[in-house]
Amino acid sequence: MASAILSLTSASIATSRPLLDNLKVNSKFGSSSQTTFLGKDYIKTKSFTRTNMTVAVEVSRFNDITMAPPDPILGVSEAFKADDHEMKLNLGVGAYRTEDLQPYVLNVVKKAENLMLERGDNKEYLPIEGLAAFNKVTAELLFGADNAVIQEQRVATVQGLSGTGSLRLAAALIERYFPGSKVLISSPTWGNHKNIFNDAGVPWSEYRYYDPKTVGLDFDGMIADIKAAPEGTFVLLHGCAHNPTGIDPTPEQWERIADVIQEKSHIPFFDVAYQGFASGSLDKDASSVRLFAARGMELLIAQSYSKNLGLYAERIGAINVVCSSSEVAKRVKSQLKRIARPMYSNPPIHGARIVANVVGNSDLFNEWKEEMELMAGRIMSVRKKLYDSLSAKDNSGKDWSFILKQIGMFSFTGLNKAQTENMTSKWHVYMTKDGRISLAGLSSAKCEYLADAIIDSFHNVS
Amino acid sequence: MHGVNVSQSSSSPADRRLSALVRHLEGSSMDSANHSIAAAPTSGSTGARISVFDHVVRAPEDPILGVTVAYNKDPSPAKLNLGVGAYRTEEGKPLVLNVVRRAEQMLVNDSSRVKEYLPIVGLADFNKLSAKLILGADSPAIQENRVTTVQCLSGTGSLRVGAEFLARHYHQHTIYIPLPTWGNHTKVFGLAGLSVKTYRYYDPATRGLNFEGLLEDLRSAPSGAIVLLHACAHNPTGVDPTTHQWEQIRQLMRSKALLPFFDSAYQGFASGNLDADAESVRMFVRDGGECLVAQSFAKNMGLYGERVGALSIVCRTADVAGRVESQLKLVIRPMYSNPPIHGASIVSTILKDRTMFQEWTIELKAMADRIISMRQQLFDALRGRGTPGDWSHIIKQIGMFTFTGLNSEQVAFMRNEYHIYMTSDGRISMAGLSSRTVPHLADAIHAAVTRVA
Repeated sequence: MASAILSLTSASIATSRPLLDNLKVNSKFGSSSQTTFLGKDYIKTKSFTRTNMTVAVEVSRFNDITMAPPDPILGVSEAFKADDHEMKLNLGVGAYRTEDLQPYVLNVVKKAENLMLERGDNKEYLPIEGLAAFNKVTAELLFGADNAVIQEQRVATVQGLSGTGSLRLAAALIERYFPGSKVLISSPTWGNHKNIFNDAGVPWSEYRYYDPKTVGLDFDGMIADIKAAPEGTFVLLHGCAHNPTGIDPTPEQWERIADVIQEKSHIPFFDVAYQGFASGSLDKDASSVRLFAARGMELLIAQSYSKNLGLYAERIGAINVVCSSSEVAKRVKSQLKRIARPMYSNPPIHGARIVANVVGNSDLFNEWKEEMELMAGRIMSVRKKLYDSLSAKDNSGKDWSFILKQIGMFSFTGLNKAQTENMTSKWHVYMTKDGRISLAGLSSAKCEYLADAIIDSFHNVS
Repeated sequence: MHGVNVSQSSSSPADRRLSALVRHLEGSSMDSANHSIAAAPTSGSTGARISVFDHVVRAPEDPILGVTVAYNKDPSPAKLNLGVGAYRTEEGKPLVLNVVRRAEQMLVNDSSRVKEYLPIVGLADFNKLSAKLILGADSPAIQENRVTTVQCLSGTGSLRVGAEFLARHYHQHTIYIPLPTWGNHTKVFGLAGLSVKTYRYYDPATRGLNFEGLLEDLRSAPSGAIVLLHACAHNPTGVDPTTHQWEQIRQLMRSKALLPFFDSAYQGFASGNLDADAESVRMFVRDGGECLVAQSFAKNMGLYGERVGALSIVCRTADVAGRVESQLKLVIRPMYSNPPIHGASIVSTILKDRTMFQEWTIELKAMADRIISMRQQLFDALRGRGTPGDWSHIIKQIGMFTFTGLNSEQVAFMRNEYHIYMTSDGRISMAGLSSRTVPHLADAIHAAVTRVA
């Protein structure tokens, strides 16, 4: 009898099961009251054993959790999918599309994957720092294989989960070893930067960047704000193809930025998500990073292969820390590993192997450069077509040339929130609320339609 | 707020660099002519190249992965790596399952496949199939939509995301972990913002479960505390509760509203049977209560380096599950945005195809059986040598690992004299043994036990 009571105790304490039978069983041996049982959280039961007289209220322990808002960038694609209008256009997330607006897997990637299959590589754990072959080629790609920082082994490179994951490792390093130090981020910047630093516990503030009056760079504001920051601030810079504006400093401006950063003993922190994708040239797009490295500065650089190798979902990137000596680089690398291990132990192998195979094989590497030029070229050509359409259709005399001056996947149209909403609700053009459009999602065929939408939103909505 | 903080006085960055410089001046052999206190470290002057990272010390090698590092350096032909838990064949080679190769072939050859970003929560098919695998296809929790499952980076990633979620949204921030447990657990939970306490688990006297100690410690835990449970094949001891003991644990935990957080890294790998190895989890889910489950496909599908896993949170209602999922996304997005596609696609391909699923269970059982036979062989070899002590725990323990009971001196002895590598807690990976190497290991254990205290 005691054991029967015990087992009923467990049944009644544990929960209300939404099945009628169990409630009937419970109610024989103790009283139970409930409001409803299907769809309602709780039931009160009393147990009548000698061991336990507690009243268990079975509300979810997570009951107070609120529904989080959808991600502003990724949420755009979800909304786009739900729309069935024939002219709909997804200029939200930055994933490259062909002229037919299809996703694109690079030929060199397919070749590399086939090579990997043929070789029958195993699936053993990578070291915490990732695939050695990948780490080697990624640093060489960024700096150039004959660069002093590489020759002197002064770069700590750790494979990371694309750009986001690499930024997060760096942020955790900053939090741990530079507590109280801030990161200065551009206004505006990629939406997820703030989240990364917030979750890592790193304080941040902004430097002026975008000038809405010129739809260009507020260079004086940028310099002033970097100068005003306390010594030893980490300054987050976009290596090329600034996201979301598409506005990059000129080489002369980069020199000046480097001057100010050196004067203030700040630490440059580059986000390089578009090397090769911006201009079509890997070296040209790395020139800002190389400029800083050439000055002997220590710097952090997060890399991503999502766009330039189309490896979005494989999550492949790296965090590089250029140090003053190889000995320091070793120590820094060991601490980056210590951050990665309790986060995910070691990084995924597939994307790393693809990159190592493509970059490490001269035929594939050359083929990659060609495909990258095609991708960057298509984007430059839709910029031109969009500009031409806007200039032809818009009689107001507004200068749309910023579209041509901006570079990379994104363009900051200068449209405000209400105007952006008009783009979506009236024209079924999906974009982020900050006025950013992804040129990668635009086809030549749709340039005129987009021009109409932009002109309408700009002039008729405030 | 977030875990381990290197305590620093509230000095400015310039102060820290100056003190780094002072350390150099006091202790180093640097050319003093190049020193300039005014020179900023990033100034690029060819003089004092003081790094802003100078105060960053060298971290020790990870204790578990460090074993393989040491093993790789060893030139001895007789060396044996019984450190990290990765399955090896009888020939001592890593294994990629046939069914995995087939699935991969299908994926790579499918020209319609693209590499677009997965949703933050990962591949939908994979999530559904993973939940079914661990909870059972007929689980009412699944049918009632009370489970949220998110793809994560293998077991570690699932544990970390779950812990971060609890640290933000659960009212109790203490997690109880068994003593001993996998070396990485403490750091995962600590950095996520939980405080870690232990409950007694392993009894060195019996080399089995200290069940009374376990119950006492959970009984004295504060109501609502989180409790980490190894679903099967406890790592590192290989000691699992019996079904009857699990039921008692469940009753105790439910009576104190303790929140179960299962780590399921060996489903199918422990006994060879997927359902049997999931029974502890299903027992808890059957009572209608809430729990978390971190699943790994590293071992049972041999997908180690692909980092495939899933976090499932079983909630009281579908509404709660929906809200919980939305908050999990806020943890994931600033960590790595969205998970890697390759491994999850392989798992999904296999789980959804009846033939491939069957083939998988056969290959899985073969791995589990080989390990069970290694246990028997090692036990027999020690008995045959008359090695002092009761070695029956080798065949009683389950899963990839055996907690030998050897102390750290004996472990070091075995490394130095016999070139056998294991973690210093005496844990050996049975998966790293073969019929050919069992005698060598038995000789080494015998020598260690008889010659080293």
